[in-house]
Amino acid sequence: MRRFVRRPWRLAAEATALLVAVVVAFPLYWMVLGAFKPAGEIESDRPRPWTLTPTLDSFRRVFGQQEFGRYFVNSVVVAVAVVIASALIAFLAATAVTRFRFRMRTTLLIMFLVAQMVPVEALTIPLFFLMRDLGQLNTLWSLILPHIAFSLPFAIWMLRGFVKAVPEALEEAAYIDGASRARFLWQILFPLVLPGLVATSVFSFISTWNDFLFAKSFIISDISQSTLPMALLVFYKPDEPDWGGVMAASTVMTIPVLVFFVLVQRRLVSGLGGAVKD
Amino acid sequence: MSSGAASRRRLRVVRGRSRPRGGSRRSNTAPRPFGGWITPWLYLAPALVVLGGLLAYPVYQLGLISLFHFTQAQVSGGEPTTFKGFGNYAELFADDQFWQVLLATLLFAAACVVSTLAVGCALAVLLTRVRAVPRLALMLAGLGAWATPAVTGSTVWLFLFDADFGPVNRVLGLGDHAWTYGRYSAFFLVLLEVVWCSFPFVMVTVYAGIRAVPAEVLEAAALDGASQWRIWRSVLAPMLRPILVVVTIQSVIWDFKIFTQIYVMTGGGGIAGQNLVLNVYAYQKAFASSQYSLGAAIGVVMLLILLSVTLVYLRLLRRQGEEL
Repeated sequence: MRRFVRRPWRLAAEATALLVAVVVAFPLYWMVLGAFKPAGEIESDRPRPWTLTPTLDSFRRVFGQQEFGRYFVNSVVVAVAVVIASALIAFLAATAVTRFRFRMRTTLLIMFLVAQMVPVEALTIPLFFLMRDLGQLNTLWSLILPHIAFSLPFAIWMLRGFVKAVPEALEEAAYIDGASRARFLWQILFPLVLPGLVATSVFSFISTWNDFLFAKSFIISDISQSTLPMALLVFYKPDEPDWGGVMAASTVMTIPVLVFFVLVQRRLVSGLGGAVKD
Repeated sequence: MSSGAASRRRLRVVRGRSRPRGGSRRSNTAPRPFGGWITPWLYLAPALVVLGGLLAYPVYQLGLISLFHFTQAQVSGGEPTTFKGFGNYAELFADDQFWQVLLATLLFAAACVVSTLAVGCALAVLLTRVRAVPRLALMLAGLGAWATPAVTGSTVWLFLFDADFGPVNRVLGLGDHAWTYGRYSAFFLVLLEVVWCSFPFVMVTVYAGIRAVPAEVLEAAALDGASQWRIWRSVLAPMLRPILVVVTIQSVIWDFKIFTQIYVMTGGGGIAGQNLVLNVYAYQKAFASSQYSLGAAIGVVMLLILLSVTLVYLRLLRRQGEEL
């Protein structure tokens, strides 16, 4: 299509794209900058978009806070557990609803769609009582289990397109060549839908990493089991926020997600494209 | 060599076909290790167990709690729970604040969805018109915004718009205007943050969708003398419709359920609750004032609204003739 775009228009489009990129990236730049500014400079009423005296003070304060490292590890453990578990469970479920014809199939699909609509914040109340009855309050399980459940419906719904895109003929060929069903599932189908799994993992990773409501509600007495958003809010008090600490903690909290995104970037774009062809 | 392999294959096909398969009416040659009907249910079992225990059961409990009188006294076991029927709902619907919050939620979510879709689609089209370097720059900036956790995005935007230390007021010459004090400016600030972190999903998805349209189709249309607008309207838009429906519905779901941004950016719902949305309102009712049953009733109302969105979605899918 590029061939049909005339040159001055293309240059204008490219200038616009670069400008938008700068505007979109600016908050992140401001966050990192704020993390490195010395305290006096942050509290200046003439903020400058650079700093001549970068310092690690804010990071020291953040990591000096009780068990910040522990929070970080907890966040990683919860997010990784949710991503792996929901990817495997969703893969099996998506295979079941696309590769088999059985009674209730359509009903199940509609149920998965409806499940996506459930406002999870509203479930904090019953989940609190459920976790209490299971004796899981103040453990990481009280965060992992609900997040697997909330990630699943969207993951199944999205993976469906990827599993569907794998031709039936391939499955027949595998069986004819003597593959068992398990072998087909894990050695042929699984690698083929991997781009789709990456795309769905991004969503489950973000929603889990983002969560602070459950951490706030279910981890009440054993703070060592808490996660990063709670640690961040220690520095953010609406009346007197420690902006340096907030920006340093925000930077630490954002970097793992950014790394994850950059790693999966290509697969994410091709993955979402695959969902379209469905 | 190739003919030998082919004949071996053919032989295997023949052998495969000749093996009797009991009961299966499917045309393919799938093995049935556990018997035909049970296999899909084995695949589904983990998902159903998790969803049943941690989603369906809590939803049922939510509905149940909304029908009882359930406050701190009942939670701690000091008083027995009493059945109230629809009393909580009656109390809720008689409250002016509930209707205000409901209206604010609907308008705010609609504004977020429309802005996100407009920005996302416009930038997706822009991405197809530029060379690799600007495209990569915009893509990476978008991924960065998308990757930012809601809590950190909220605090960073507050810092950008801070009355004393933020750069935005300086650049716009607004002095020490406090964005979070006014009802509309606070909602507007949250809207900006929401659009910033959610347009990349729309942009990347729609861009991937446009890329998935075969180039020959577009070239053929151009060769037939179709204008750019005509190509968009008659070729691209119909092919992109499924994806547009998906991103619209996802945006509706996400924006209607916004919690973190409002909670963090407006300090739990703004001054005197002027920036409350249903989700935060339910949370405040349940956990700040221990009226669990009222909070649960608000949750049920949200659930019903989102269910009606689902019905619209299903009808759209059916009209497109998509097989579920």
